[in-house]
Amino acid sequence: MFFVVVILAATLNFIIPRLAPGDPIGAVLEELRARGAGTQSDAEDEIVAAYRARFGLDQPVHIQYFRFLFNTLRFDLGYSISYYPQKVEAALLRSLPWTVGLLAISTVISFAAGSFFGAMMAWPRAPGFMQRFVPMFMVLSAVPYYLLGLILVYIFAFVMRLLPLGGAYSSGTIPRLDLDFLLDVIRHGILPALSIVLTSVGFWALGMRGVMVTVLGEDYLTLAEAKGLPDRRIFFAYAMRNALLPQVTSLAIALGTVTSGAVLVEVVFNYPGIGWLLYNALRSSDYYMVQGVAFFLILTVAVSVLIVDLIYPLLDPRIER
Amino acid sequence: MSRQTALQVNNLRVSYMTGDREVKAVDDVSFSLYPGERLGIVGESGSGKTTLALALMRLHKPPAYIMGGEAILDGSDILALEREDMRQTRWSKLSLIPQGSMNSLNPVIKIKHQMADAIEAHERGWSRAQIAKHIGELLGRVGLPDSVAEMYPHELSGGMKQRVCIALAIILEPSVIIADEPTSALDVVVQRVVMQTLNDVQEQLNAAMIIIGHDMGLMAQSADRLAVMYAGKMVEVSPISAFFSDPQHPYSKLLISSLPSPEEKRELAGIPGSQPSLLELPSGCAFHPRCPLAVERCRQEIPLLRDVSGDRRAACHLVEDLAS
Repeated sequence: MFFVVVILAATLNFIIPRLAPGDPIGAVLEELRARGAGTQSDAEDEIVAAYRARFGLDQPVHIQYFRFLFNTLRFDLGYSISYYPQKVEAALLRSLPWTVGLLAISTVISFAAGSFFGAMMAWPRAPGFMQRFVPMFMVLSAVPYYLLGLILVYIFAFVMRLLPLGGAYSSGTIPRLDLDFLLDVIRHGILPALSIVLTSVGFWALGMRGVMVTVLGEDYLTLAEAKGLPDRRIFFAYAMRNALLPQVTSLAIALGTVTSGAVLVEVVFNYPGIGWLLYNALRSSDYYMVQGVAFFLILTVAVSVLIVDLIYPLLDPRIER
Repeated sequence: MSRQTALQVNNLRVSYMTGDREVKAVDDVSFSLYPGERLGIVGESGSGKTTLALALMRLHKPPAYIMGGEAILDGSDILALEREDMRQTRWSKLSLIPQGSMNSLNPVIKIKHQMADAIEAHERGWSRAQIAKHIGELLGRVGLPDSVAEMYPHELSGGMKQRVCIALAIILEPSVIIADEPTSALDVVVQRVVMQTLNDVQEQLNAAMIIIGHDMGLMAQSADRLAVMYAGKMVEVSPISAFFSDPQHPYSKLLISSLPSPEEKRELAGIPGSQPSLLELPSGCAFHPRCPLAVERCRQEIPLLRDVSGDRRAACHLVEDLAS
């Protein structure tokens, strides 16, 4: 099943960029010409033909397809057209830690906080002010995260000058593993992470609240209370424990899609992750890079769903492995 | 009566507040429960049986509210206890065998942990080994193998789950057990066996038990005394044999005549009409529109539950007339 998804994804990945108008080699030449380099000459056709051959674009489509499929499965994603001779997978691997770090951490924070708040919002013995979070979360989850990102940048980075405007670390510093660099990365990560957490926490909270209300009506909750269990035990082990199960499934899907969903966050914050890579690849019709990023995103969804499938029986004993 | 009661309920009233209207689901109910005794409570759906059970455990949820009355258990009124004191009282003195036993166990927690947490919540100071031994012993007492402790609820049959609930109910040796339709989700064969198990463990503990249900046959086998509820009120309380041989209240009489009998073949007599809506109770006796014996007084005056003879009580004007 996992492999069917991956091959299907690779195929779609091959077809879709080729349906788009524009020609990658032409786009590069166009760009060069705009910069004043190169001139219109007879040699240009030869140059174009040579490059097309170099990237295999002169082959019939089906040959291109099978070659692509074979290479993809070996995780050889080809050369980037706009950053030739860099390999696509090299660019991906360089961007990956930033995206994974930023998105995985903020998604997990958002999931944990949202689920807890959502559970509290449904809990009848929670403090009364918990109810007031409901409209707040509804409003927040309706705000697009890139818009919130812009607002946050304006307030905290531009007006108050508390945090950096963008980037993943201060320009001029050399990435290395020490405390100073780590703190610098965290300082740069706060605003993008905050914009993702604030706009997605409502989704988790409202979802959790819905499931929690259903679970609170279950007979086993009445019996838990009849047993004289302390509130804390009922809340965590009986109510939240069961309400989290459907949330975990959503988390698997979300972990895959946030990577693609965060393209605009990375653009707003100038963050050197996968999203930034995709944005630039799309602007320069860099087929191989777009394919590589898209394939990679599909792979992340497939892998995270696979992981959840494997750990789900540990969370819910009713599901046999 | 001067006998020591296990539970004494006086004038308990529980209402559902819907909008600005009050629906009296349990209306001025009083009864005594003696140690070792099994009191059956029967009534149609909506007569207030389950509301009564939940209110005694203080597990009723809004819009249900206790409007008055007291329930004396072990010298103190449990309806007036502080939250934390009530939590400690639950299960250690008063336990519940729930109505929906199919879904009463947490699906993602092993049986042994669901039994152990009840002990741990009450700070008995037992070691883990003691708890594990106690759980194994209890499972044995309800006829389940030790291995059940390591299982999850979905690995058990309906009858086994109900046995787990019974074992759970006696885990802290309470003085009162409330069994709310303990066998309604089981088939008749399993019902008998499970009921027998329940009766056995209750006798061993000498606990008092309230059995709520509407299966008169089951009541006849298990209960020592029977209380009949109708539209939120208790209309008759009698020892089981006297109840079946000589029912006092007209509703009780009709209930018994609606039971099939193996001796005589006859058309089963139902009770005409249906229970009134609690929102629009008839004046006087709530049963008078369906009562074949109703007289003018029944339409005007609400009858009180009164001693009829010795240990029998009924709420009917006609019965009072007979007694005086």
